[in-house]
Amino acid sequence: MGQVIELRHVDKVYKGPPDVQVLFSVDLAFEEGSFNSIVGESGSGKSTLMNIIGTLDTPTDGEVFIAGQRTRRLGRNRLAELRNRTIGFVFQFHYLLPEFSAIDNVLMPYVIGGKRPSSDVREWADELFDIMGVSAVKRKPASRMSGGQQQRVAIIRSLINKPSIVLADEPTGNLDSVNSAATYERFRDINQRYGTTFVIVTHDRRIAEQTDRIVEIRDGRLVLDINR
Amino acid sequence: MVLPLRIAARFLLSGKAQTLLIVLGISIAVSVQVFVGLLIDSLQEGLIEQTVGNSPQVTIRSSVENVTISRWEPIVSSVDSYNATRYVGVAATSNAFISKSNGSVPVVVRGLDGVAMDSIYGLSRSIYAGDTIASAGEVLIGRILSDNLDVTVGDRLPVTTPAGTRVDYRVAGIFDLGVGAIDGSWVVTNLRTAQSLFGFGDRVTSIEITVDDVFAADALAADVSALLDTDRLEVTNWKEENAQLLNALESQSLSNNIIQAVIILSVAVAIASLLSITVLQKRRQLGILKAMGIKDGSASLIFVYQGLLLGVAASAVGISLGLGLLYAFTQFATPGGESIIDFAVEPAFILRTLIIVISASGIAGLIPASRSLRLNPIDVIREG
Repeated sequence: MGQVIELRHVDKVYKGPPDVQVLFSVDLAFEEGSFNSIVGESGSGKSTLMNIIGTLDTPTDGEVFIAGQRTRRLGRNRLAELRNRTIGFVFQFHYLLPEFSAIDNVLMPYVIGGKRPSSDVREWADELFDIMGVSAVKRKPASRMSGGQQQRVAIIRSLINKPSIVLADEPTGNLDSVNSAATYERFRDINQRYGTTFVIVTHDRRIAEQTDRIVEIRDGRLVLDINR
Repeated sequence: MVLPLRIAARFLLSGKAQTLLIVLGISIAVSVQVFVGLLIDSLQEGLIEQTVGNSPQVTIRSSVENVTISRWEPIVSSVDSYNATRYVGVAATSNAFISKSNGSVPVVVRGLDGVAMDSIYGLSRSIYAGDTIASAGEVLIGRILSDNLDVTVGDRLPVTTPAGTRVDYRVAGIFDLGVGAIDGSWVVTNLRTAQSLFGFGDRVTSIEITVDDVFAADALAADVSALLDTDRLEVTNWKEENAQLLNALESQSLSNNIIQAVIILSVAVAIASLLSITVLQKRRQLGILKAMGIKDGSASLIFVYQGLLLGVAASAVGISLGLGLLYAFTQFATPGGESIIDFAVEPAFILRTLIIVISASGIAGLIPASRSLRLNPIDVIREG
């Protein structure tokens, strides 16, 4: 298996004053089709690391390769294309568009890619709604759904383009333990069925222990990397 | 292109009350523009129509006083061949007086050909008593002259020329052109009758021309002038004879244009500032759209489309409202029982307003669009 994500000597400094360095020469790679977690305390730099992997943020120094592409050389539009085609995001605070229904939110990454949703895509969306147990709210405006429903719809949205990478930042923060466990089972199922690479950022070790590889970050440095 | 439009529409519809207020605010400005613009246009048209509507706008006369024009037919056919020309007629005109028991009344006897009589002066349409001239020896007189002389249809009118020739004519009809100078002094007859009365033979005293565009009368006059022997003939046009009126009209047009420009500017500024607020309101949504891969250009287009959609809605409502105001004005502003202006919708003006308002709205959308261009998704994600 090749490396779908690769970080080489990545530093991140937030310009001050005072300047604050949050990542220190991070070398990290994730294999295609792997199921991973990044753990760390609050303020350890794990969200910054995920944003850099997701090309939303840029490293102060070092290189990031996503699906074989060196991101430093790409302009804003090429990065947007790369994100749209390759990466599915699940953010900590769900981030649905409240003006749109659940199905419109889910289809949004596909439409942004410049295509009209085909019947195959709609069937795929229906399947995901079924898998995540939120078919009943498909036509409902996002603003009128519960936090848990919104989070599950956001997870469906991250998968609609069948991306090679899913980056999830505390994806079950709004879900109870039963739904949380069920969501990780579904992530695992999608990982196995479609070979999607998952990188899940969490502060919860019990969740991390369900993944094949745990990377721990502390004070901006990788301190643990366990393959299970 | 379709996605930014869809998002723009959804953003506007998601805040219905806010959108409605914006549309209403802009519509009121547009309605004022339409109302004032059409009102001033109508008033100007009415004034021009009253001034030059029922008279020639270009006239060829002899450059020497009291000299008639011979061989006028080739001139008429040459002038008639110009595209700008609408009608060309000829007239044999001279002063005369009407003998009364207690003195005499000065009049202007105007012998007109058919074109001048009907197409230029519209006399047949203005006859309110009697009929048009059916044979030689008949005349039409104006309402005021008829009152002054106490003469009515069928009466004999004794006309005496300065040379002392006196002929009695039958009054066939009485006209009312609404112009005191004409209605109080003209005795109109056909060309032959006047030529014979004054001993002009086949000659005429003026060649009278109307044009399609009254404001192009000076251009036609210049063209005609170049064609003629200017030692013998002179060409005048209504614009040089009504310079003060033209100045007033131009000043009015200028003030109208300033009002329109200020309104358009206020519409554009209102849209730009309101949409700039929307960029702040929709910052979170923009961040997530950009994180999902929407390109900066497409994200910016959302605000241009919002501007355009607001412009379309506001111009549709504003134009309807403006036309409604104008209609109400024609119905209720009726001093003396008659409306000051006619309710006339000028499609070119409406189309121009529509294009200007929508373009200004789209351009106003460029300001928030450029603000959205700078928005980095990571800033929104970090804010949580």
